[in-house]
Amino acid sequence: MKKHAMKLAALGLALASLSMSAQAHRGWLLPSTSMVEAKEAWVTLDGAISEGLFEFHHVPLRLDGLTITDPDGATTQATGAVLGKYRSTLDVRLPKDGTYRLAIVSNNVFGSYKLNGETKRFRGAEGSPGAQIPAGATDVETSTTHSRLETFVSANSTSEGALKPSGVGLELVPVTNPTDLRAGEPIRFRFQLDGKPLANFPFSMVPGAVKYRGTLGELRFNTDAKGEVSFTVPAANMYWLSAKYPFEAGKGRAEPGVRRYTYAATLEVLPQ
Amino acid sequence: MKLSNALSRSLALTLPLASSWAVAADLSVRFDLPQLNVAEYHKPYVAIWIERADQSIASNLAVLYDVKKKDNAGEKWVKDLRTWWRKAGRDVTLPIDGVSGATRAAGSHSMSFNAARNGLDKLPAGEYKLVVEAAREAGGRELVKVPFNWAGKGKLAATASGKEELGAVSLQIQ
Repeated sequence: MKKHAMKLAALGLALASLSMSAQAHRGWLLPSTSMVEAKEAWVTLDGAISEGLFEFHHVPLRLDGLTITDPDGATTQATGAVLGKYRSTLDVRLPKDGTYRLAIVSNNVFGSYKLNGETKRFRGAEGSPGAQIPAGATDVETSTTHSRLETFVSANSTSEGALKPSGVGLELVPVTNPTDLRAGEPIRFRFQLDGKPLANFPFSMVPGAVKYRGTLGELRFNTDAKGEVSFTVPAANMYWLSAKYPFEAGKGRAEPGVRRYTYAATLEVLPQ
Repeated sequence: MKLSNALSRSLALTLPLASSWAVAADLSVRFDLPQLNVAEYHKPYVAIWIERADQSIASNLAVLYDVKKKDNAGEKWVKDLRTWWRKAGRDVTLPIDGVSGATRAAGSHSMSFNAARNGLDKLPAGEYKLVVEAAREAGGRELVKVPFNWAGKGKLAATASGKEELGAVSLQIQ
């Protein structure tokens, strides 16, 4: 139990550094494919934190503690991730046919307090030793960011069992199966916050290979009044979908007491 | 070729401000940094230079980066201006007097360059390109080249345009 808490703390710290960094670091997952057609299906997953999208040049994103949701909705914690210098890699066995969700969810707290006349700042995963406020501290100000980072993989067929939202945090609810996306074909998604639909909510899709293309090519979309969106992307690629709530939040430190949410997903879009 | 590169670089960087030339051609560059609808926007780093027909640098005009970061931390990302870095950046030390400057916000910007200071009055007649490179943190990188034929004297104007990180870029010599 203690080991698990420590692993979550390490994960949280990895993601906490994302939300606070003055630089544009972002964490992402990269599956070797979104659809595996094989009798014994496996997928390999990379995780990294970097400036350039899908470039391995900064630090790994720890994958121990990644949650795997199988086609029946059952969840397991990933084990056996290999931690490298620039990325983490995990081989995932997909024993059942259908769609799996691979996700890292964390709550990161940061803030400040006064103790013995000194102002101290802290950050860490919620509940971890790094995020604890000592007795006698005054002027406590904290802010929490709930983050979800995920991707989806299917083995031999698509299914919906792993796609049900948890009802906690900022979530993408796929209507179109996220492992069945094609360039030029409508993609239907919903967004919700703690289970409630988010109307007129903006999100971005950034295609990979920015380094070779030059231009970023970020596509920006909004949900409608019901919190739904139907959109197309013009080109095949691995895409990084990102969203945050509140979406007007500026750069830098969150206001104390404000709860922030971030969501990111790696989605593969194939040619038609 | 190596010798003339070094010579032109020293011309661009060390010529005194006061010009003794009777007729000084002044070069002005206007460039647009588009307002982008993106989740994360940072002001781009920009490099402006004049290149010869063989793509070697004839004159460094401007390098705009985060000059205010303490301990020169902003210099770390100047190498994202990949083309400028490859042709000049690796061999020079920042800041470059009269060339380094702060980043600019989205919008239209105009910069003027004194001919004597930038070695333009000594530029032999020929085919050149004004090059503007923009690299944006969490964004893209784009290069716009404005070709022009320099007769050694006189006025000229030329323009070109980027697709995303840069809008219209125009050059005027008078």
